[in-house]
Amino acid sequence: MAGSAGSFKLLFRAVKSFKPDFEKTVIIVIHRKKNFFSEIEKLFSENSRMYLREISDKDEIKANAIYIAPANYHTLIENEKQFSLDVSEAVWYSKPSIDVTFQSAADVFRENCTAILFSGANQDGAEGLLQLRKQGALTIAQHPGDAEMPEMPNAAIQLNAADYVLGTEEIFDLLRT
Amino acid sequence: MNGIEAEGITVVQLDELINLIKKIHGFDFSGYSKASFKRRLARVMQLKKLNFVDLKYMLVNEPDFFQYFLEEITVNVTEMFRDPLFYKALNQQVLPYLSTFQHIKIWSAGCSTGEEVYSLAILLQEAGLRKKSFIYGTDVNTEVLREAKRGIYSLRKIKSYAENYQYSGLPGTITDHFTMLYDAATIHAELRQNTLFSVHNLISDSVFNEFQLISCRNVFIYFDSELQEKILDLFYRSLCPLGFLCLGSKEAIRSDSFRKRFKVISSKENIYQKIGA
Repeated sequence: MAGSAGSFKLLFRAVKSFKPDFEKTVIIVIHRKKNFFSEIEKLFSENSRMYLREISDKDEIKANAIYIAPANYHTLIENEKQFSLDVSEAVWYSKPSIDVTFQSAADVFRENCTAILFSGANQDGAEGLLQLRKQGALTIAQHPGDAEMPEMPNAAIQLNAADYVLGTEEIFDLLRT
Repeated sequence: MNGIEAEGITVVQLDELINLIKKIHGFDFSGYSKASFKRRLARVMQLKKLNFVDLKYMLVNEPDFFQYFLEEITVNVTEMFRDPLFYKALNQQVLPYLSTFQHIKIWSAGCSTGEEVYSLAILLQEAGLRKKSFIYGTDVNTEVLREAKRGIYSLRKIKSYAENYQYSGLPGTITDHFTMLYDAATIHAELRQNTLFSVHNLISDSVFNEFQLISCRNVFIYFDSELQEKILDLFYRSLCPLGFLCLGSKEAIRSDSFRKRFKVISSKENIYQKIGA
């Protein structure tokens, strides 16, 4: 799950909604500023019934866990069992970049994952979502009409990267099942 | 061409390329993070408009290409005072201890264009320790070392480092340590005095001095666990008794045997102190 401006509340709501026996791995990439010591993970963690952690390099990817991409790094999927981090150039002025994580997930998880792209004010994530779709993953874009900032889901829709374009409530219905 | 073609590089092809580079250029990428290596390959292929076969051809037949390849594959993105709270921790928890030494030798491993070396120089200067300190900056990439030696950065970059500096808790502003000329800023000569930049390959080169502090931040992220452990051993042997090791804020000592040989000084900023034999 990923987003930028206007997605924080939605991602927070999603984190709160997951039941402790969800048994999936959830990876969250949200655009964030470096040196912004608000500790998203602390807030998320206090409201999550699942294990939640901000990713460190070479962290193990476990089921039944939520992982948050750290600020000022790109998060890559090293293999099915391990993350790795990268400090290379920002993509779409963003580090973490959603494209980078999505492309890496497409490479490793292929059809065995679902990706949701929420609200945001630039086009990061669209190309990555397309890669995921090409590999057979289930890809979802938030309906631009529901998004606080429609540019990000719009970019994905224009690239034909989304299997489904869903309203906010439809997405949360899906997450419940 | 976009990154897609390189995303399609298979594990077999990747191994083939790594073996080829090792055989011809003596450079071992086998311990590199595969995900990151593939991304960097995609970048080179995109920049030079090469497919996989072209890339192999260039690596075998074009003598000058490998230097370029190495420059592009290694990540050289760095900032002055990246993770300002790390510098704050260093200032508060490590420098008081280091100040008791007669000489302070520091190794910045994987120093890229020198921003970390000069950040450390400023920190030592402000603590009144610069004159008895010496900082060695090493990198595998000769091109970035040339830039590091010059100590000249664009005004745009300096501006982007200003916020980091502010959060580090140091007095004044970052520009106090530079001479501005048009759109570039040159680090003050006195801060360059006690520094030396030279080529060192963490994967194949060995111990070259004994240090009171080694800083190797955001380098381990590009290596697999086995290679990380090998380099930890190099660092351990390069540190004086009770010397300090600083890793990046999202890196940690994971190997059990080394966790026993280092004491955690700051778990948040990943600052360690060598203990044991």
